[in-house]
Amino acid sequence: MKKRIWAGLLTFTMVATSLAACGGTQTPSDTTAATTAAPTTAAPKATEAATEAPETEAESTEGKVLNIYCWNDEFQGRYEDYFATPGLLPDGITVNFIITPNENNAYQNALDEALLNQDSAAQDDKVDMFLIEADYALKYVNSEYSLDVKGDVGLTDADLSQQYQYTKDIVTDSSGVQKGTTWQATPGLFAYRRSIAKAVLGTDDPTEVQNALSDWDKFDAVAEQAAGKGYKMLSGYDDSYRTFSNNVAAPWVDGTKIVIDDNLMKWVDQTKDYTDKGYNNKTSLWAPEWASDQGPEGKVFGFFYSTWGINFTLLGNSLEIPEADGGKAEVGNGCFGDWAVCEGPQNYFWGGTWLCAAAGTDNIETINSIMKTLTCDQATMKKITEDTQDYTNNQAAMNELANSDFKSDFLGGQNHIALFAEAAPNIDMSNCSPYDQGLNESFQGAMADYFNGVVDKETALETFYTSALEKYPELTK
Amino acid sequence: MARPVKKKAHKGGVNYSRWGYFFLLPFFITYFIFSFVPLVTTFYNAFFENYMSGLTKIGPNFVGFDNFKSIFGSDLLKYTRNTVILWLIGFIPQILISLLLAVWFTDTRLRLKYTGFFKTVIYMPNLIMAASFSMLFFALFSDNGPVNLFMIENGFFKEPFRFLAEIWGTRGLIGLMNFLMWFGNTTILLMAAIMGVDINLFEAAQIDGARSSQIFKYITIPSIKPILIYVLITSMIGGLQMFDVPQILTNGKGTPDRTSMTLIMFLNNHLFSKNYGMAGALSTLLFIITGILSLIVFKSLVGSPDKDGR
Repeated sequence: MKKRIWAGLLTFTMVATSLAACGGTQTPSDTTAATTAAPTTAAPKATEAATEAPETEAESTEGKVLNIYCWNDEFQGRYEDYFATPGLLPDGITVNFIITPNENNAYQNALDEALLNQDSAAQDDKVDMFLIEADYALKYVNSEYSLDVKGDVGLTDADLSQQYQYTKDIVTDSSGVQKGTTWQATPGLFAYRRSIAKAVLGTDDPTEVQNALSDWDKFDAVAEQAAGKGYKMLSGYDDSYRTFSNNVAAPWVDGTKIVIDDNLMKWVDQTKDYTDKGYNNKTSLWAPEWASDQGPEGKVFGFFYSTWGINFTLLGNSLEIPEADGGKAEVGNGCFGDWAVCEGPQNYFWGGTWLCAAAGTDNIETINSIMKTLTCDQATMKKITEDTQDYTNNQAAMNELANSDFKSDFLGGQNHIALFAEAAPNIDMSNCSPYDQGLNESFQGAMADYFNGVVDKETALETFYTSALEKYPELTK
Repeated sequence: MARPVKKKAHKGGVNYSRWGYFFLLPFFITYFIFSFVPLVTTFYNAFFENYMSGLTKIGPNFVGFDNFKSIFGSDLLKYTRNTVILWLIGFIPQILISLLLAVWFTDTRLRLKYTGFFKTVIYMPNLIMAASFSMLFFALFSDNGPVNLFMIENGFFKEPFRFLAEIWGTRGLIGLMNFLMWFGNTTILLMAAIMGVDINLFEAAQIDGARSSQIFKYITIPSIKPILIYVLITSMIGGLQMFDVPQILTNGKGTPDRTSMTLIMFLNNHLFSKNYGMAGALSTLLFIITGILSLIVFKSLVGSPDKDGR
């Protein structure tokens, strides 16, 4: 009897201790969880400095921790190479990057949750800066969670004067206040295969190809010619989407009513026509089929691509032996060097990342210095482009490169920076709306069924509305 | 010997019957916190307009039955039909093949060898996560995927068949995946049922000259009816909640033309705007449907032994 009670007691203590052990380990694991954030290299240096010389830094009222929310490590790289490494970070401040990958809206969900808890969060846990993309920029820009880059952060008109206008329009709220700033400009061009252009048009000279493709009617005519020679004009349905959606006459939503712009319907009709006549390969963006159309075996005339797409994605896809397998990015490997760029029928942009300062931050001075260095400083911007081929958001720096002997071996010796520099000032993004991301995705998804011949146009439009209203219950048809 | 010890224990002053309740307590506490409370708040949410518009919260405003009205006004019937179709094209081959395999594996006259090996192999697909299984099929059956390449090289197709752009291509793949994932599980359940039947019945039938088909029809099927019903209803409830396979295969869009959009995928769509009201109303409807089906399984399971005279 007593034995059993003893046994019971022993079991109890055992369970209790094991639970206590759990409690013990919880504290360290908690802290690691809270900072999936990777503290940057500046962190150890900063804390060291803080312990050594606290008195000399006493006049600064800034918080000790600067939290930056983002979805990949691209900006972290820029920050480290051009801000932290040159020693621009004030002593005593630790910068945390809280990275949530973009899939399934996960980044926005994480950011929203953090912003909604901004008031109650401890000073060092608050969001200080966050990164956004163009398609949903207005969601944050029109909210009270982002700060005015001039009034609050303290950038001047002179600082921002060299930035391309469209990069400012995208992050300007309904009352005309600019709430974000970016180091990239991402004008789009039409990248074509030189050998196919020669076969179809008899020339691969960018100026002459541009003359043949300068509006949509000419573009269609070339598509027909290309088909006659056994080539496809475009790869998939959505390749040309952005050139149409960036040139709409009005935003997606008027009040609460969804308005399908005529230009989008032009995309629908053109793409249906191309699909039925076999001018495209029925692929979708980022699919393996789409990527292989850009490779040596591809029979596709060209692709609409912006700055990063040409230098990274297209270049990577064009190689016969990928760089990961020991191939070199040089002429002779796949169709490297067989590409060229021209403006194409309409101006557009694709991609880009904007920096916003979050309301409630206690690091305004550092944010000001980060934004100024990484998005306004001409010397830094030029250096980024020279080092990484990324096209940066500074007209003076870019024009300087455009007029230099800068050339790309991948594009057969063409100076594509010159074309980017010509195209970027013409981009007009005054017609964006906070609903762009969701509505563009729903529209492309619904129309794919129409292009595939599963449904007629009316049904596809109905499906679009159904999907749109599911995403945005506040809108009307 | 055993009885006196037991009595003695009671006299000793430790009341063991009370411990039973203590040990049940963790279950009831976790059930209450993690199942019951969310269940009730789901019903409650169904009557409110409550969603996020960007970063602004709309509601909660009480709207009565408006959420239910708009759900019935939407394509609810279409998604219900999709769900049932997707379940049936997976379940019908699944139950047929499983029955056949279960009968073969347990047949004393066939004496199949290596049944243990086959039982393990057919159960394998169930061990793979549905999400990775869908990814695998997505790659296999893509426009330039291995399946299309094989079919073209061997002259079966002239040009790639775009499985995921065709209604029945997509539905067929989803059915095939559900079939592959679940037929092993069902086979093992049915084998257990058949092995529970008195072997004398089969032997008597054989001596009387019954053919295999007759044994199957008049002895096997009636004897395993309760398990068969159990398999049917659990699979039906699983089918109603079908989500991961079509979600991953169609990238959450239920393409083409939402013909592979299941009820739970429809529910998941409301996550985009964190629409608690609509999602709550839809969940409530699903709860009612699943409840009714569970009631049916309960009735038939309780009722059947008497009818079969077992």
